[in-house]
Amino acid sequence: MKAVLVLEDGRAFTGRSFGAAGEALGEVVFNTGLSGYQEILTDPSYTGQLVTMTYPLIGNYGVTPEDEESAKIQAAGFIVKEPSRIVSNFRAAKPLDQYMKEQNIVGIRDIDTRALTRHLRSRGAMRGIISTLADKVDALVAKARAHESMAGADLAKRVTCKAPYEFSEGLWELGKGFSKNIKPRFKVAAYDFGIKRNILRHLVERGCAVTVFPADTTAEKIAAFRPDGVFLSNGPGDPEAVTYAIDAVKAMLGKYPIFGICLGHQIMGLALGAKTFKLKFGHRGCNHPVMDVAAGRVVRITSQNHGFAVDGETLPADVEVTHYSLNDNTVEGMRHKTLPAFSVQYHPEASPGPHDSTVHFGQFTAMMAQHGGKA
Amino acid sequence: MPKRNDIRSVLIIGAGPIVIGQACEFDYSGTQAAKALMEEGVRVILANSNPATIMTDPQFAHRTYVEPLTVDILTKIIKRERPDAVLPTVGGQTALNLAVDLAKSGVLKQYNVEMIGANLEAIKCAEDRSLFKQAMVEIGLNVPRSGFANTFEKAMEVVDRVGLPCIIRPSFTLGGQGGGVANTREDFVEKAKWGLAQSPISEIMIEQSLLGWKEFELEVMRDRKDNVVIICSIENLDPMGVHTGDSITVAPAQTLTDREYQMMRDAALKIIRKIGVDTGGSNIQYAVNPANGELQIIEMNPRVSRSSALASKATGFPIARIAAKLSIGYTLDEITNDITKKTWAAFEPSIDYCVTKIPRFDFEKFPQAEALLSSQMKSVGEAMAIGRTFKESLQKALRSMETGIDGLAEVSTTPEELREKLKTSYPFRILGAAQAFRFGWSIEEVHALTFIDPWFLDNIKEIVEAEAALRAGGLPASADAMRAYKQMGFGDRRLAALCGVKESAVREKRLALGVRPVYKRIDTCAAEFEALTPYMYSTYEEECESEPTAKKKIMILGGGPNRIGQGIEFDYCCVHGVFALKEAGYETIMVNCNPETVSTDFDTADRLYFEPLTLEDVMEIVDKEKPVGVIVQFGGQTPLKLAGPLEKAGVPVIGTSPDAIDRAEDRKRFQEVVAKLGLRQPENGTATNKAEAAAICNRIGYPVVVRPSYVLGGRAMEIVYDEESLTRYMVNAVKVSHERPVLIDKFLNDSTEVDVDAIRDGRLTVVGGVMQHIEEAGIHSGDSACSLPPRDLPQKIIDEICIQTKKLADELNVIGLLNIQFAVKGNDVYVLEVNPRASRTVPFVAKATGVPLAKIAARVMAGETLADLDFISQKMPKHVSVKEAVFPFIKFSGVDVLLGPEMKSTGEVMGVDANFGSAFARATLGSGSKIPRGGRAFLSVTEYDRKAVVAVGRGLSELGFTLVATAGTGAALKDAGLAAEIVNKVKDGSPHIVEMMEAGNIALVVNTTFGKQAIKDSQSIRRTALNLNIPYTTTIAGAHSYIAAIRATGQGEMEVRSLQEYHAP
Repeated sequence: MKAVLVLEDGRAFTGRSFGAAGEALGEVVFNTGLSGYQEILTDPSYTGQLVTMTYPLIGNYGVTPEDEESAKIQAAGFIVKEPSRIVSNFRAAKPLDQYMKEQNIVGIRDIDTRALTRHLRSRGAMRGIISTLADKVDALVAKARAHESMAGADLAKRVTCKAPYEFSEGLWELGKGFSKNIKPRFKVAAYDFGIKRNILRHLVERGCAVTVFPADTTAEKIAAFRPDGVFLSNGPGDPEAVTYAIDAVKAMLGKYPIFGICLGHQIMGLALGAKTFKLKFGHRGCNHPVMDVAAGRVVRITSQNHGFAVDGETLPADVEVTHYSLNDNTVEGMRHKTLPAFSVQYHPEASPGPHDSTVHFGQFTAMMAQHGGKA
Repeated sequence: MPKRNDIRSVLIIGAGPIVIGQACEFDYSGTQAAKALMEEGVRVILANSNPATIMTDPQFAHRTYVEPLTVDILTKIIKRERPDAVLPTVGGQTALNLAVDLAKSGVLKQYNVEMIGANLEAIKCAEDRSLFKQAMVEIGLNVPRSGFANTFEKAMEVVDRVGLPCIIRPSFTLGGQGGGVANTREDFVEKAKWGLAQSPISEIMIEQSLLGWKEFELEVMRDRKDNVVIICSIENLDPMGVHTGDSITVAPAQTLTDREYQMMRDAALKIIRKIGVDTGGSNIQYAVNPANGELQIIEMNPRVSRSSALASKATGFPIARIAAKLSIGYTLDEITNDITKKTWAAFEPSIDYCVTKIPRFDFEKFPQAEALLSSQMKSVGEAMAIGRTFKESLQKALRSMETGIDGLAEVSTTPEELREKLKTSYPFRILGAAQAFRFGWSIEEVHALTFIDPWFLDNIKEIVEAEAALRAGGLPASADAMRAYKQMGFGDRRLAALCGVKESAVREKRLALGVRPVYKRIDTCAAEFEALTPYMYSTYEEECESEPTAKKKIMILGGGPNRIGQGIEFDYCCVHGVFALKEAGYETIMVNCNPETVSTDFDTADRLYFEPLTLEDVMEIVDKEKPVGVIVQFGGQTPLKLAGPLEKAGVPVIGTSPDAIDRAEDRKRFQEVVAKLGLRQPENGTATNKAEAAAICNRIGYPVVVRPSYVLGGRAMEIVYDEESLTRYMVNAVKVSHERPVLIDKFLNDSTEVDVDAIRDGRLTVVGGVMQHIEEAGIHSGDSACSLPPRDLPQKIIDEICIQTKKLADELNVIGLLNIQFAVKGNDVYVLEVNPRASRTVPFVAKATGVPLAKIAARVMAGETLADLDFISQKMPKHVSVKEAVFPFIKFSGVDVLLGPEMKSTGEVMGVDANFGSAFARATLGSGSKIPRGGRAFLSVTEYDRKAVVAVGRGLSELGFTLVATAGTGAALKDAGLAAEIVNKVKDGSPHIVEMMEAGNIALVVNTTFGKQAIKDSQSIRRTALNLNIPYTTTIAGAHSYIAAIRATGQGEMEVRSLQEYHAP
């Protein structure tokens, strides 16, 4: 079946249908990771986005429940060059195509994904539509343009949990699966703006009893929970739109150790009084070099997935930049000089991506220990 | 961290001659390292015995020593140059071993030389298998079950514990030399003995065979701030058990989930830190059990390697260059990414294409060797191809091989035969897998036989299905359908064969449908940043990024995969062509598919197309770029074969015309040339069948040299002494046809061969060098040692040779390079062959004379005159240069070391000195042999050589050798008044000569032989000499050279001198 991808600026790519048939709208973004398509698809930060993998051969190792970062595929649609006809991996539970069809996720294949990536790189991320129903470019452009814009969108409220829940699964190991029964030492409240499971697993692994809270949980409710520390998760959309969370963080700063990742980092930045801005085409991949200033200027290769960034120029004097991107010098991590609060823009939980930065989870627990946790 | 100020001069050790397991990838890495250090203002001292390398060009170092790579010589270089540091990690295992020896012998300490890149401890830990294993266990990683043995008895103990099948790996050898898989106890006994003999420290490791496991590699880099990055992952299509150099390999890894990949990455970080490679690159090899993902660490190379060269070409990240910068103190975040110019080297390349490398083998040159693959590397070259899918890159790589296939060629076999064959690992087994799918077998069945991952098999199957559709439906009629096949990597020729039409018909149809390739850039970052370096590959998609310029440009076609007869020398010429034309103001475009080479470095030419060298692929680039000239005479036979078709297609082939090339190559036409000029040629004829051949031989008389037309490296060339052998040759050895006749020449016994390289600019011809072969005629010029200037040719013969060279150059209207082989018999000069192109000897002549022949030739082709370039007369060096060939016999057990008209050498070394004897001694040392100082010399020669052996015997005994000989030879010596101890031939029973050699009682072997039975009887002598590294020669001329060398080395210390000093004005 034929499928088209049409961008809001009129650029169109014709390919074939992949996954479910139908239409999917969203912001078109690219990810340069060579592996980890399942983690990417199920990462709630991709909500509202049509994701293209720059690596052309996708689906080779199928999908497995173990590698899901949330309960379902979160990306709005998937764009690939060539999906594999078969799966080849001892862990594979099913083919990617079937997985997408089961979850009604529209995809397109056989397009020049490199041309698409170059287009996005030079023109910036933009809205688009994948359709297997119509191929009139003008009509599809109109639909894409009518779609909500990423700037100003509060998508966290769409993907967050409905009610608090506890999480107790630890990290995965080959041949053993996920670790269980880890003795908790800290009580952590994790804000779910679209949280990835592997973040929770890292927290659990380091001795955190984690309770996940909906994005709009107030500071008062958290206070009633009496946590040792508060975690601000990753998530989709524009951080400025998540005003309720910014307010909550403002109220909590200094009260508990706070650690933020990705959207959580941006929300912390806004709460600290800085501004955020939308990157031209974002950082999405597993190869992003970050300068770790705090650790003596060493380079961390990080997993990243963000379309917005904290404007370093607007950070108040009592906040220092601990990490910046070696590629474009944008802020990748910061900490408050006096208060127990720090955050990173990239994904130390990886999944997918390198494990160079898992140390931050230890920093968080150390901070909780220092601030009266039961370490 | 900025550059260290305490490293102002660095000694770079090169890899020496090209051998199997160590090829031009180390010229690539060495050249990059030298360039990178020169850029930083470091004084570079370079040592390498291989004259065919770019790295030994005087411009790439302040001091270039083309000297034997021995501890003794390197010590002298260090003493003379006093470098602050030695960089041992860019010259393969050779350099690493030498650096270790230099450190152990205390030389580095004595002269206060720091080892940079990898330190002694790190090298030891990575190379010593027991230390490595222990280190892995300490960091919680798994290694295969194994044990060490330094005696045969111990080996038998270990194998009981490890179990069969097992792998035997000798310690401290390159390319897994001497290794092997043992399936049975008998097998094990033989291989363990051999392995113990191969290891310089008589040690083998016996390890669990991971049969059916998958093999992966990671290329890792670390800087002195402990930043570690992975440059590339590589998945071997062939499972464990086949040396990675002999495997089809694919980048990036295809069948790993992120979890499994990150396990490997985590392990890599731990390993490089544990082993302690301070700065630079390492290669780590892994095995993965496909049933449960279990990971085992196979080995780590604490240096740049063949795989890192591949990874550099596959990603655009120049590992050796960066490694060199790291070694002098920079950190990854301080080094610019040369491709994007605005990001840094501190990152992990992402790629948006698939890369496939296929090795090339030359088993047909060693008929006694079994064409089976194992843990010992046997391939002599490789081609790499890039596509947007695996299918595309695979098919492009297949047609890059130049083995006569254009894709997954059909194999003529039965299902029964194939089923047995597929269980073994052999070159191009992938074609067998494809054939299995043509037989209708399932992926599961083929996987069970081959252990090739089902993902690769399904891709192969998909190609086979497409082929079936093409066979049934003919050429695709629509542009979409045509494009779909092209996207799968089908070449026009393959489509033509499948559809039963001519290649030109496919091309016409394709152009009519408007289906043309686009060119994508290799940018290290999957398009995330703009690539400023035009390093490109073709594919069939929407957007083309080639952006050709409007500049005046010249395209140079490279040599494709290395093979015996066409190797680094041709890449050297291509690279020089590029440099010269850049200097002359042209934009240069390189087309090649060999990942090992300097020519495919992204900053050699202005623009690089990493593409197969077929008419289709070259024509598409020509159409895109529209160069003012295309040079075909630098890359060897590969581009030369394209000359005619390219010219026919209207491409401006510059230099000597394709017609002139044909006049030189076509025997009949060449005979006319020779006749017209009144020159002499051995009597000859051309036969298209057995009867014709016999008639010719009866006319001109035996012995004759027979060979197929249009080959390089003397492929299938033989000397035939009687009609019986002629018949065997015509029936078994070659496929004769009207298009491919057999050439027959009278063999000139006892003549001396001479090679000449010259340049002609359209009017003037200038000789670059005249080289006298040391071995007599009948031995392939590539295998013969040679001397420049000639060792003992009368001046009037040399003058005559130069005159004939000019005549031939004028008659063929050569523009550019010309190589002629002459034979001198008495006072007569015979023309053997004329090659109006770059030859294997061009780099040697350039280094011997200081004249950059290839560069001059390139500019002449672009229209300048020799006078413009200030090269109007032959330059006569004051010193003597000797080139010696290096052979791969040690890799092929059971193969005889006798030389003949078919080329067998893989590489060469050069020795320079004031006289022939000393220069030959240096070349001999450089080739890995020794110059004996005294002891017993064993002489055993054919009846024919009995007269000549007397002078050899006399010479040796004057030098103090005791002569030992077999009965016949001994009698000849005694008749001449020389004392000789008589020893049994092997067939005469114990005590015999081989026992004497094994006992260490022979210092030199002179063994000439003739006739099938005699050759067979004496093979063990030569093989033993080879295995025990006893100096040997199989020719009388070689024996005389040894005598000269022994005499010269007896006259005092060997001093070292750089090329810069030799060629100082």
